[in-house]
Formats: sequence, C-alpha cells, structure tokens
Amino acid sequence: MPITRDEVAHLARLSRIALSDAELDHLAPQLDQIITAVAQVQEVAAEGIPPTSHATGLTNVYRDDEPGPCLTPAEALDQAPAVEQQRFKVPRILGED
Amino acid sequence: MTAAELAAALERKEVSATEVTRAHLDRIAAVDDRVHAFLHVAADSALEQAAAVDAKRHNGEPLSPLAGVPVAVKDVFATKGLPTTCGSRILEGWHPPYDATITTRLKQAGAIILGKTNMDEFAMGSSTENSAYGTSRNPWDLDKIPGGSSGGSSAAVAAYEAPLAIGTDTGGSIRQPAAVCGIVGTKPTYGGSSRYGVVAFASSLDTPGPFGRTVLDAALLHEAMSGHDPCDSTSIDAPVPPVVAAAREADVSGMRIGVVTELSGEGYQPGVMARFAESVELLESLGAKVTEVSCPHFRYALPAYYLIAPSECSSNLARFDAMRYGLRVGDDGTRDAEEVMALTREQGFGAEVKRRIILGAYALSSGYYDAYYGKAQQVRTLIIRDFDAAFGQVDVLVSPSTPTTAFRIGERADDPMAMYLADLCTIPSDLAGNAAISVPCGLADEDGLPVGLQVMAPAMADDRLYRVAAAAEAALTGRWGRPLLAEAKGLPGEGDRA
Amino acid sequence: MTMETLVPYLEAMERYEPVIGLETHVELGTRTKMFCACTTTFGAEPNSQVCPVCLGLPGSLPVVNRAAIEYTIRIGLALNCQIASWCRFARKNYFYPDMPKNFQISQYDEPLCTDGYLDVDVDGRTIRVGIERVHLEEDTGKSLHVGGATGRIHGAEYSLVDYNRAGIPLVEIVTKPITGTGADAPVAARLYVTELRDLLRSLHVSDVRMEEGSLRCDVNTSLAPHGASQWGTRTETKNVNSLRSVERAVAFEIERQAAVLDAGGRVIQETRHFHEDTSTTTSGRSKEEAQDYRYFPEPDLVPVAPPAAWVEQIRAALPEAPAARRARLMVDWNLSSLDMDAIVNAGALDLVEATVAAGASPADARKWWLGELSRHAHDTGTELAALAITPAQVARIAALVAAGTLNDRLARDVIDAVLAGEGDPDEIVEARGLAVVSDDTALLAAIDEAIAANPAVVAKIRDGKTAAAGVLVGAVMKATRGKADAARVRELILERLS
Repeated sequence: MPITRDEVAHLARLSRIALSDAELDHLAPQLDQIITAVAQVQEVAAEGIPPTSHATGLTNVYRDDEPGPCLTPAEALDQAPAVEQQRFKVPRILGED
Repeated sequence: MTAAELAAALERKEVSATEVTRAHLDRIAAVDDRVHAFLHVAADSALEQAAAVDAKRHNGEPLSPLAGVPVAVKDVFATKGLPTTCGSRILEGWHPPYDATITTRLKQAGAIILGKTNMDEFAMGSSTENSAYGTSRNPWDLDKIPGGSSGGSSAAVAAYEAPLAIGTDTGGSIRQPAAVCGIVGTKPTYGGSSRYGVVAFASSLDTPGPFGRTVLDAALLHEAMSGHDPCDSTSIDAPVPPVVAAAREADVSGMRIGVVTELSGEGYQPGVMARFAESVELLESLGAKVTEVSCPHFRYALPAYYLIAPSECSSNLARFDAMRYGLRVGDDGTRDAEEVMALTREQGFGAEVKRRIILGAYALSSGYYDAYYGKAQQVRTLIIRDFDAAFGQVDVLVSPSTPTTAFRIGERADDPMAMYLADLCTIPSDLAGNAAISVPCGLADEDGLPVGLQVMAPAMADDRLYRVAAAAEAALTGRWGRPLLAEAKGLPGEGDRA
Repeated sequence: MTMETLVPYLEAMERYEPVIGLETHVELGTRTKMFCACTTTFGAEPNSQVCPVCLGLPGSLPVVNRAAIEYTIRIGLALNCQIASWCRFARKNYFYPDMPKNFQISQYDEPLCTDGYLDVDVDGRTIRVGIERVHLEEDTGKSLHVGGATGRIHGAEYSLVDYNRAGIPLVEIVTKPITGTGADAPVAARLYVTELRDLLRSLHVSDVRMEEGSLRCDVNTSLAPHGASQWGTRTETKNVNSLRSVERAVAFEIERQAAVLDAGGRVIQETRHFHEDTSTTTSGRSKEEAQDYRYFPEPDLVPVAPPAAWVEQIRAALPEAPAARRARLMVDWNLSSLDMDAIVNAGALDLVEATVAAGASPADARKWWLGELSRHAHDTGTELAALAITPAQVARIAALVAAGTLNDRLARDVIDAVLAGEGDPDEIVEARGLAVVSDDTALLAAIDEAIAANPAVVAKIRDGKTAAAGVLVGAVMKATRGKADAARVRELILERLS
C-alpha cells in the first residue's frame, strides 16, 4: 500500500511539522519504501494472537495519595520562551475553548 | 586502567578522585576534538564531585564501590543544571530542573559525571550521524561511525576519555555501538533500570544501560545504576540480578547455549561471521553445550520494531511544541500557536526524527491501526513466544551483535533502510524486554575493525549474560595476549590512557 | 451572531421526539493529582502546583494515584456498573497548549466501569438513565485569553497558561442515549445531572461545584419525527455551566433543530457552544480535518486489574444513595413524595434528618426548617445550612414548644435570638424571661383587666357567642407580650364569665 505525497503532507500537518515542498518531495518516496517494508508484518498469521503492549507483565502499580515536593513557579517558568503574570505566554490559539 | 582497577586504587588511596578526574579531563581535551564524543564537558562540577569524594574518603566515611570513578552520560538523561539536548536543536540550551533517577543514583554512588555525550537525535539512529551537533567518530578509525544512538558514550569509553559510560538501548543503541567500538555494552532487562528522567523515544522499549571496557566494569556500573524506582511504573520491583558475582565467576561449564539460526546469512559480513563462529567454538571448549535454535518470527522483528517505535515516538515527541521550553521559531506576533509549533518542529527536528514521527502517525491513524501498529504488537507476542520456547531449551542465545563492522561515515546516511539493518540482531531482545550484552570477540579480517558477540538471556537473568561474556572475554584476551583495545589505531597517544 | 430560527417548544414537541445524552466530567477530590504528587487545591497561585510529571517535561513519567482508582470504582458501583477486571490507560493524541504532553492520558476502549444506570424521577415517573461508561483521565491546564473583547479565544492576541489544573484526576461519565422523555427532555436532563451531582456528593469523591468547574457537562441533543425508525443527527453542546443551563441548552437545541427539520434541512453534526447570557447555542469553530486521536495503549502505565476483593470492599463501604435515603425517610416520616420534594428542593434534607435525630418529630422539624428558617434564609440571602442555628438547637426549641414552655410566637423570638448569636435556646429563655406564663394567677389579673375594658364583648360572650372570646384573648396576649398560652387564657376567660 504506497503512501502518497498528499498523505505525507496530511500526516505532517497532523504532527504539526511545517514540511517544505522540497522536504516533502524527499521524504515521501523514502516513507513509501519504509512502509512497504514494514508492511511485511501483515504476512504473519496472527489469528487469535493477543497484542503485547507491555512486556513486563506488571499490573496494578500505584502510589499513595500523599503530597510530595513540586517545582516552584520560578523553576517551572525558568526555561519558558515567554512568561507573563507567572504564566506561560503562548501565541494566540485558534479553535474551541 | 579499568574502572575496577581505578576503584581499587582509589580505595587504597593510591590515587585521589581529583587526580583521576583531572587525568580524564586532560584526555578529553587531548582527543575529543577528533572523537567528538562529548557535547558538554562538565569540568567544574566534576572536580567538585571529586573533591567531595576525596573529603569523604579522608574522613573515613563509607563509600560505594564506584566512588571517584568517572562516568560519561548520554545526553538523553536529565541532569539538573547541565544541558540536556538529546542531540537535537529543539532542546538546545535546555537545562532540566530535575535529575533522572539514574543520574541521582550515580551521584549517590560517588561516580564523577564528566559530561554529556553525543547521540543520534532523540535516540533515533545507528551511527550518531543524526545528531544535530555533528557526528562522533570511532576511535578505531576516525572515518568510521561509532555506532548509535549511544555513539558518544561508546566512543568516549573506547577512546579512554571515560572508564565508564551510560546509554540507552531501544533497538540496539548500546550493544551496536559497543560492538563497533570494541567495548562491552549491556541492555539490561526492560524495567530493570529506571526510565524516570530519560527523555523518551519508544517508551515500551527504551532501556538505560552500561558501557565499559571490560565485562566486570560493565557489571559494576550495571549494578550501581539498576533497581526498582517508584517514579517509573514500568520498573520491576525485584533485586538486581547478581551481575558482578556472575562476571567474577565467568564459568560456563554446563551452560546450554543456543545459536539463533535466523540471525545470520545474507547481509552479514564474512569477517563478522568468522569471529562469531570462533567465539561459539571457544565457549564450547570452555564447557558449554552449543545447539542451534530457530526463532522463526525474528525475521519480522525489524518491521515490527519500525512500526512500534515510531508510533510511540510520534506521541512522545509531541510535547516539543515551543510553548513551555526549548526552541521557539516564528513568534513575531502575526502567527498563531499552531503555526509557531509547526515552524519550530520543522526547524528543530532532523530528517530521521521527522521520518519516524510521520511513520508513527501513519501506523496509528484510524483505518491503519489494525494493519500496522496492531499487527506489530501481535508479532511482538510471537517473538516473545519464540524466546520463551528457546529459553526452554537453552540458558542463553548467541548471535553477532550487528551484521557488519563500523561502516564509513556518510555511507548509509541517505539510505534509511540500509541504516535500519544495523539493528537486525539487537531488535528482538528489545521487543521482548529481555537482557542482552555485546562483548568484543575479535577483529574482522577484511578491515581490522571490532566484532561483537551478542549474548541474550531471559528477563531478569541478566547475570547469565555476564557469566558467559566474562568467560569469553577471559579466554579471548588470553588468546590475544592483551586487551582488544590495544589494537585500536585511530587515536595517537594511546599510552596516555589512565 | 446570526439569529437562529426557532420553533416554539411545545409546537416542536408535537412533531418531534427528542433523544438526549449527557457527558459529565467530575474533578475528583483527591489530595494529589492523577499521575504525580502535586496538590490539587483550588485557587492557588498560577504554576505553583506543578512538577516535571504534570508539566510533561522531557523524561517525566506518570504513576497512578490509587485513590483515584478507588473513587472511580466507587462511582461505578454507585451507578450499578460492571467494574473491569483488567483495563488499560490510552493516549489521546492532539495538540493544544493547555495539554503539556500534547496527548491526554485517558481510557479508550477499555473503561474502568461500564453498563450501569441511574434512576431519575421526572414528573412522577421514573426514568432509568443508562450509563454507557465511567472512565478516568487527566485534566488540562487553564488558559487566559488576552487581548480580545470578551476574554474568550476569538480575537485574543495571545494566551497565558497555568498548569495547576493539569493532571488533576477527571472522571468522565457518559450516558447511553436517553429516549422516551418526550417534552420532559430538558427537565429530565437537568434532573439527571442533579441526581448525579447529589450521588457524587454523597460518595465524597468530589465537591461537585459546577461554578468551580469540578462538575462539567456536555449535552447531546437530537430530534426525529414522531414514529421515525431512526434517531436524528445529534449535536454536542459545551460550556454548560449550571443546572439551569443544562435544561436551557436542551430546550434551545430542540427549538433550533425543529426549525431546521421543518424547513426540510438537515441538522449538522457539530459541537456547539452554550451562551449563559442569551440561553442560546452557537456553532463551534469548524475544523478543516476531523480529529484523529490515534489512540493506543499508554506504554508508560501498566494495566489496572482491581482485585475482586478490593472491589467488594469498596462496594461494602458505599454510603446509602440519595434516592434510597429519600425513599427510606419518606416511609419513616410518613411523607408524600411532594412533601419530600419540598424538603429536598429547600436544601433541608440533611438538616431535617439531623433535627429528627436530635429528638424532634419529623413534622416539627419540617415545619421549622421549611417555614420560619427558610424565610430567614431567603431574607438574608443565605443558604439554610449556613444559618447560625444548629439542628440540635431547633430540636430543643420544638421540645420547649411541645412542653408548653414556649408557644409558636415565643419560639420565633427564640430563633431570632439564636441567629443573632445570643446563645442556646435555654439560655435565651432564661435571660429574656420568655417562658410562657403558666401561672394562672398572673393570667387572671390580665384577664380581669381585659374583661373590665371590654363590656360589650363580655356581654356577647355571656350571650353564648363564645367566639367573641378571641378579642379578649388577643388583649391578654398583648398585655403579657405574647407570653401567655392562648388556649389556657381562653379557658380561663370562659370559666370567669360562666
């Protein structure tokens, strides 16, 4: 199942990466090649085989509802590109509330 | 000197931590312009740490085995107050406000953090060429890759810039660099070493682990850095397997060793296979029983990995969006948040990272999930079952660590598929969460470059790795007459090694 | 904003049948966040309750708060759900500046609780609202939009983000489609949310304040012509911040959708925004591409498999549900459901129950709380429960009246005094000498005076018109400043004049 340049462009938008046309031209055939290769997994007969999402087999790992140390506002905001009123200042957001 | 020898000398007060640290800083200054293993050398803080250890020793305070021994840290580990770039532009200048658990453990053990080492960007790659800060070079031949993604850590140890280093292994990123640099590198059992503070690439695969020039060195570091961490939900709550004891025993008599049929054949360099075959014979001569074992689904390990890892990373890397830290591009008041995010990520991420993010988004998208990601997770189960069946017959499995020796810098840089093949042998253990080690087993005839022997063990049987690797190392070093690294001709001034 | 065409509600109901659904988000009242140990206090200084985990810093990892699981199971059991024996968290991937990781850890196809119900009394009939699922997720940060006219997103120049709220545990409760409510749909929606809120409050899992955002509602509405075999297209309405708004949002959507259908149009499946000031909904911003959340199991968290014994423990400790409690008290107190509704609507149920527990009769407790005390609350603009009088004090006053020490008029005086902070009822009676005059001699003096002052009335009484005695009683009450027992006065007057 080849991946088209348009699909790559769509996925780049979905992933918030502003690919240039040149990059798109370069990446799309590479991705097509890779996807064709990884599609090999579909050859495997896996009827009734459960997927593994966690290799360790652990379950029920919790912590107690006890407060612990946190960062100061200064530490939290220290590396922020922009700060105002002790908050992270970000460019205007479009979309719903 | 090996780390073990350094530790003994420090303990006997034959040398101080400050002297040892200074010597390594001098070595870095002498050779790192050519090796480029380090992205940041933390000279001041290292000397402070060394002074503190010396003071404690002077006062007779109890100290851990590695107190005063320098360590190089892959730039993927959060180190408070030191830069942590993950080899990426998008984190240029970022200083984490916290330490990774492993960073804390190293500090508590008194190990001296020399600095942060170079890596493929966000741990994606097998050559360190994907670093945004230039590639590192193999001390054996400076035109060759040191492996990846932990190439900086591996090169640092091979170049005697540090006796020990830590890295992370997701598809082979410790074992493959160790193999091509002629040193020892271990991928512990997944969950055996804490991921808290390790910038995530593929969460279900990432495993922090040790590099050393000898098996014992790696074991000492393995023990110091591993163990349960309540801050990591995937961390295993059990004692660290007795890796140091196993490394010291180094006795394989009666052990059953399985050679994996599928990890050989086309694409495997003849010189690599020759050294591998000899190592297997050697182990047999040491008393191990060797058989061939088939793991039929291993041929699907590479495609499964290149679906699972990119999927997880496409999600893990979403946080780099210019809003809270890191690079911000294009915020001139005319653009909205989404535009700034997209521009920043476009400029901040390299080509391989972009490839994998898009690949991952594809594999997870609705309509494709079952055929790609879902299927890969099923293949993962089958690979685990292959391992379980194999370990029902043998105690450890062996294979070459990687199909070829170090390739030339630039040779595979534009050919992602060719690059991915470097992980053929290492990926199955990552998918299963098992333990695996690479130990040097000789030089390939074609190019005189190091070959690694990979040993694989069931989860939480990490000690078996060290038992076998130490036995091989002892026998091989006996045969060679001196450590393999003595053959390395890449760097002048080999006699300066501490 | 263009004015929507609307069909008047009752007219719409003649032609159409509504189907509604509600999605409710509940902020759990745990001490710490869902995945980290930061505190959750409402109203703290911006970014003062954050850590690497809830800020999503590179390398951070989540660890599940056990109390959040327990609270969610409690909610599920109270809603008669099945509790999953094994389930996982999943990542919901999308970019938004108030989400530090640009994915939300939530649950997708494996919610912790499924398939329950909540009975709601609507206008005398019981509607069983099916509960599709109850799952756990993490809340987002909060943004202030700066520069626009209304403080809303549209027209803002930039935004300021506070992550204190990011990571607070959120339980999402989703109903199955609610059919058969007919014209009662808006009321049914409000009553469902009310009943749910009261249930959650009784479980002590949240303070469920809609005005503080710890209880949030999205309302789904669709219309189909009477007798249609398929349901209509539904819209989702957000920003519904009060119980009244729930009702109004449904009503408006019904009127709006009826107009669309009447005109032969099709209702667009979309998200709409409710406006409190106008009780209308407007279309949300349409997205270029439908959201693909690329859900996959959260690799940083291991599955949740609550042991059956733990679930049963939680079940055994469940408090009595509000509906069951109301039913029980109705029987105990011998009330009609209308009477019970009156108590509940006045917010007096706990108070009445406590007053009865302190010794008052249910009738007396009702009388005082719904009468005099409700008047006080209304006049001073306070809630009943906030009045400066306790159920024990009210019970004491009722006891004093029953014993004849106080009459109703005096009791009201005592209530005023308690509210004014003068002390306990007994102290006040003592201090002010408010006890009913029960000494006949004292009364006789006043009676004689009244008789002497009203010869015409006396004549009528002697004539057999005993009703006229009321005038004399009034005079005596006035003379004794209300401290006489009116019935006794009347007796004495008639005795005197016979």
